[in-house]
Amino acid sequence: MIEQLLQVQTDSPEVAWSLIAPLVTLALGGILLITISSLIPSLKDNWFPAAFTAGTAAAAMVFVVDIWDRVSSTGPEFVVANSMSVDQYTVFVTGVICISVFLVSLLFHGYLQREGFSGPEWYVLILMSASGGVLLASAEDLIVTFIGLEILSIAVYVLASLHLRRGESQEAGFKYFLLGALSSALFLYGIALTYGATGSTRLTGISQSGLNERGLSPAVDSSMILVAMALLMVGFAFKVSAVPFHLWTPDVYEGSPSPVVAFMASAVKVAGFAGMLRVFFVGFGPYVEDWRPLLQGLAIASLVVGSLLAIAQSNVKRMLAYSSITHAGFILIGIYAAADPESRSNGGVLGAEAFLFYLLAYTIMVAGTFGVITLIGRRDDGRHSLDDYRGLFKSNPVLAVLMSALLFAQAGIPFTSGFLAKFRVIAAAAQSEAYVLAGVAMLASVVAAVLYLRIVVSMFLVDSPAEADEPDALPSGLSAFPLAGVTAVAIAVVATIALGVLPFGQEILTDAAEAMSAMR
Amino acid sequence: MSAFLRDYLIVILFALLACGVVGGFIGLGAIFRPNRPTAGKVQNYESGVDPVGDGWSQSQIRYYIFALLFVMFDVEAVFIFPWATQLETFGYFGLVEMVIFIFILALGLVYAWRKGVLRWV
Repeated sequence: MIEQLLQVQTDSPEVAWSLIAPLVTLALGGILLITISSLIPSLKDNWFPAAFTAGTAAAAMVFVVDIWDRVSSTGPEFVVANSMSVDQYTVFVTGVICISVFLVSLLFHGYLQREGFSGPEWYVLILMSASGGVLLASAEDLIVTFIGLEILSIAVYVLASLHLRRGESQEAGFKYFLLGALSSALFLYGIALTYGATGSTRLTGISQSGLNERGLSPAVDSSMILVAMALLMVGFAFKVSAVPFHLWTPDVYEGSPSPVVAFMASAVKVAGFAGMLRVFFVGFGPYVEDWRPLLQGLAIASLVVGSLLAIAQSNVKRMLAYSSITHAGFILIGIYAAADPESRSNGGVLGAEAFLFYLLAYTIMVAGTFGVITLIGRRDDGRHSLDDYRGLFKSNPVLAVLMSALLFAQAGIPFTSGFLAKFRVIAAAAQSEAYVLAGVAMLASVVAAVLYLRIVVSMFLVDSPAEADEPDALPSGLSAFPLAGVTAVAIAVVATIALGVLPFGQEILTDAAEAMSAMR
Repeated sequence: MSAFLRDYLIVILFALLACGVVGGFIGLGAIFRPNRPTAGKVQNYESGVDPVGDGWSQSQIRYYIFALLFVMFDVEAVFIFPWATQLETFGYFGLVEMVIFIFILALGLVYAWRKGVLRWV
């Protein structure tokens, strides 16, 4: 047997480990963490899991910087038997996901102590989910895309229901799981139809099968491809909660543990958008005229529904769920502008830059906002009505100011990253002559501002009613809150303001945007 | 009949044969065996557990954990079967890959063990 094995010529596929180091770091970090804390149970309850997770994210970030330099000089690299592609776009998205993991792991620490949960599972699932997100962003084959999507999602389904004392958390996990399974099934159906129509699941294979010297090839069954694209779009739209596939979002955000929502709203959405963009740019590039209107419809619906329904809510987590739907609309406009077939050089790159900047700015500010919500939630994570924020400025001025900064950023007030992100998206839409989209986006941002201002006003202006004699009153002073969580929020606020004021990182954005435009 | 359908003819023949064999033997038994029913004999048989109460009775939650662990290793076996048929093609690469796969699954078992799941409480 051994002799036989020795004689065989092994043609193992080229893996290029150094180029997929961030993905391997995140996955291996999760496996190591669960092994170490199983073997040494005393490590479970202290700072170790949080520090390990934050360290893993930081290590992955170091690899991200290193790989950025490499692919800047060599161009896009195809790794693991050409099933993944590593270019500046992938590396940028990986970096954003790592930032989200870092901030969320800091939030978890104090949260788990307050809620009386122990165990590394929360952190392990975050790391696993993030590795799936990185895979999704870099997949060059629809099968790999699907695996990435599932690794990303299944861990989050579990995380959503991990607050064992709250019935709402179980309900949220169950809802998310059922609807997510449905959307995965639709996505798979889309993959099957794509394979039926083009004979390939490889993204480059799909786009080449659609082309011949006279444009679109008649050999490809175009009606089948249209259905396939629609189904794939539904799968991604569900993950990024774009209207009309958003119905799970408010319930799941309200019920899930608050730091998990910070992860769901940042890294999961970023990975979903990244995967959507790669599949449609690389795989369905020749059909851009067919799928681009879908983006327009999804974007307008998300902007209108997200900003209008948010006003009717009285629960802060539900409000921010609708606000994240509105943000999804803005990001879809970025993709729409980036996909402009006419101005691949002007509006295209502008749109790509806007899309990437929005992902970065949105991740940081939404993680910070849900960080504050995590801190304020009290034990059992159930105090999230607007009334619970009344008079926050009086009891905790620093926290109230941090929260207002993040909410102003989400509303798009100047000198924050949120303003620049919205400005870039709308400018790119105008550049590619999508005036209707740009107009709807401006109106939606005005309407959505009402929602953020409602929270701010209730924090600053209204006196808290007899809060003091309540046994569950919010502690006054920052020192009563867990240090790691406050640090995460502070980092988010500083980054949000810095990105909005200082014009650094433009060349990084341009490089990644050009890599993105080169994909199609 | 197309070649495609003829392949399925074998399946149908096998199905008919299976029904015939089973039905034949049970029918023969019915002719020859004595018939003396008692209350214990005519009860439904389900894994040796007495069928008492209605169908919605609760079962022990600890079976659930074992079912989950069973699924984990069942899926592992499903992956190993096709791998085993192709082991010679992939050589050492395949061997190392499978060792890594089983190792990661074994870490899952270590986690379950340390969590105390394997103890019958």
